Amino acid sequence: MHKLLTDSPGEKMLLLGNEAIARGALEAGVAFATCYPGTPSSEIPENFFKISQESDLYFEYSTNEKVALEVGAGSAIAGLRTMVTMKHVGLNVAADPLMTLAYTGIKGGMVIINADDPFLFSSQNEQDNRYYARLSSLPMLEPTNVQEMKDMTIAAFDLSEELGLPVIIRTTTRLNHIRGDVLLGELKPVKTKDTFEKKPFHWVCVPAVSRNLHKLLLERYDKSAEKSDNLSYNQIIGEGKWGLVTNGVSFNYVRDAVSDLGISDKVSILKLGFSWPMPKDLCVKFLKQVEKVLVVEELEPVNETDLKAIAQEEGIDISIRGKGIAGLSRLFEYDPGMVRKAVAQYFEMDYKAPETVDTSDTPELPGRPPNLCAGCPHRATYYCVKQVYGPDAIYPTDIGCYTLGLLPPISMADFVICMGSSVSSGCGFSKATDQKVVSFIGDSTFFHSGITGLVNAVHNNHKFTLVILDNGTTAMTGHQPHPGVDTDPMGVDLTRISIENLVRGLGVKDIHIVKPFKLKKTIEAVKASMEYDGLSVIISQEMCPLFAKATGQFKKSKPFHVNHNKCKNHRDCINLLACPAMYLDGEQVEIDKNLCIGCSVCAQVCPENAILPLKE
Amino acid sequence: METKRLVFIGVGGQGNLLASRLVGEAAMSMGIPAVVSEIHGMAQRGGIVESAVLLGDVTSPIVSTAEADVLIGFEPLETLRAMGKCNKDTVVITNTHPLPPFTVSVGQGTYPQVDESLDLIKKKAKKLIALDGIAIAEEVGNPLALNMVMLGALIGSGTIPIGAEDMKKVLSTSTKKAFLESNLKAFDLGMEKAQ
Repeated sequence: MHKLLTDSPGEKMLLLGNEAIARGALEAGVAFATCYPGTPSSEIPENFFKISQESDLYFEYSTNEKVALEVGAGSAIAGLRTMVTMKHVGLNVAADPLMTLAYTGIKGGMVIINADDPFLFSSQNEQDNRYYARLSSLPMLEPTNVQEMKDMTIAAFDLSEELGLPVIIRTTTRLNHIRGDVLLGELKPVKTKDTFEKKPFHWVCVPAVSRNLHKLLLERYDKSAEKSDNLSYNQIIGEGKWGLVTNGVSFNYVRDAVSDLGISDKVSILKLGFSWPMPKDLCVKFLKQVEKVLVVEELEPVNETDLKAIAQEEGIDISIRGKGIAGLSRLFEYDPGMVRKAVAQYFEMDYKAPETVDTSDTPELPGRPPNLCAGCPHRATYYCVKQVYGPDAIYPTDIGCYTLGLLPPISMADFVICMGSSVSSGCGFSKATDQKVVSFIGDSTFFHSGITGLVNAVHNNHKFTLVILDNGTTAMTGHQPHPGVDTDPMGVDLTRISIENLVRGLGVKDIHIVKPFKLKKTIEAVKASMEYDGLSVIISQEMCPLFAKATGQFKKSKPFHVNHNKCKNHRDCINLLACPAMYLDGEQVEIDKNLCIGCSVCAQVCPENAILPLKE
Repeated sequence: METKRLVFIGVGGQGNLLASRLVGEAAMSMGIPAVVSEIHGMAQRGGIVESAVLLGDVTSPIVSTAEADVLIGFEPLETLRAMGKCNKDTVVITNTHPLPPFTVSVGQGTYPQVDESLDLIKKKAKKLIALDGIAIAEEVGNPLALNMVMLGALIGSGTIPIGAEDMKKVLSTSTKKAFLESNLKAFDLGMEKAQ
């Protein structure tokens, strides 16, 4: 049995933040869950995927976040308790349905998990999605620890049904990926079916209907504001004159700073757990009991600005500051030392930060950036394309492991902003320049948002080459399936969509299917694409070796070694491929037989045929 | 209890996330409040993987610069790189077996001599416990047992209020049966080295 289905209320379990959210959903009787995976949210659906195979839960990996939210809307409007999970930039993709789903509202509780990523641990930006709560007028909850991640998820379902609105839970990477004790509660029975009630003058958002729905949303918003003032997730801790306002993971830094500095009798902390709508009455009470305020919030000065507005309305003339105090910036993550220092400085305390050891005598250390794995098929595809198109072609890329093609010696990533942008920006680059353009997109990303770009490229007669890197899985986020995957080895029977048929169906004329470990044939196909006067698509098919290993599909090959009698030290292997299985032993290239998976790409690249399978 | 801030640093695939989680499990089994912090995602493609365990009356899931009580490094270069987490009272435990990054293979830097790195660390830390964790793992016939060696060294260092028996109990329930014996052996040898 899956550990999150353990039916033992009162027991404690060490859970990852994302597991706590999944458990909270189960305790709330979630019947329906959808997602598009994205770090740092991915472990929530990963658990749902397994749980759905042994319980009544319906779960799907949807094609993208917009689809996930709309599928979820169908379920929640029919009356089922529904969860939709995504990373912060995923909510941009889902913003269109979000804004008007706020108008219609829902019937069964709907909780949207939105995982922000301050410091951009694995994202293209660090936007602050608290603005989405303000933009949509939807309630937002922000847990501060693992227990709250579970408890708030349950509260969010109840709140959602009471208000008739989807509720957004906003987490940040630190919270998604901490582990802590969680007190388990009861697993609620699940309602797996309901009946849709027709109400076209409510559910069909034509202008005349939406004018009324906007009014309804504002009424519901007022009701959520009352709730926000009265729910215990918003609270004032302490009665001191020094005011500290905080939310999310920063609450811990503030709490620890107050305890480290020994100032608990001097401070009042306003903890915003139900952070939108702002609990206005509570904020006023807080502002009246303190002399000055420091707002500690990662990313944008959202609470700071709102508190200043409340103070202005109430005629409260005290100093409210946040951004710009000590190290408190709009950039990146906060940490306990930074917050302790800011609190001490703002309230004019004597404080000496702990001193770090002197590292001035440390030599310059070589970097250790992440890298494509040993035997990664993307490396082979990149190699072949570069052999033909050279270093001067424009290489728009996309979001996935293959973005690591940015790094030398591959150096074949010239532009990426968001999922799907490789295809559409390729259209723009190829029209606006005389340079050759080769766009790279992964299979899952292609289904997510590359298809519309390709339709555009075909329809508008764009001329460039699109390489679809089909490794049979969504590798970067932990090997989730996607519509082009054979899901049988994962224990589920889903319909597989052929990328080739899809591309053909869209009207692409010049299509090449290649096996990237066969370098010669692949290079021939790439050449043909360059010679073709029009839009070419190369589908590069080779399973991600990590995924193949994890699902028992890996075909073991002998590792390779360098024959030193033949090797003339051209070092093409290292200089062109830089596979992590290779290393220098003095001046000599060696291959780590434990890392090498026997893909043979380096053996094909070696001009002396000095790289050979190892004879045991 | 006194607060203890532990930083685990390693390279993707070395198993430091499992090690930090197991410390968290052991603390919980003893009723010690614990927060374990990990970063998943991009960092796991051969990059640096950092995790942290905070024990006692503290809820922040990050160890700031200069605030580690114990630094457990799974790779000597990465231990040296992470020294900014340390102050003069920090105990450093490191594996000495190098795993050069590919930037070194392509000539974008030189891997520092392990002995020199250890000397630098020794000069800065309160105490340095250095051991060849890979050699021990190979000795017990389980090349993946580096994290067990390092856990053993951590417990052997006596820096945290978790005893060998409590830790082993967690190991016994959390690792696969086929590896249990070699894991426990690796743990014991790591512990011996650190004592």
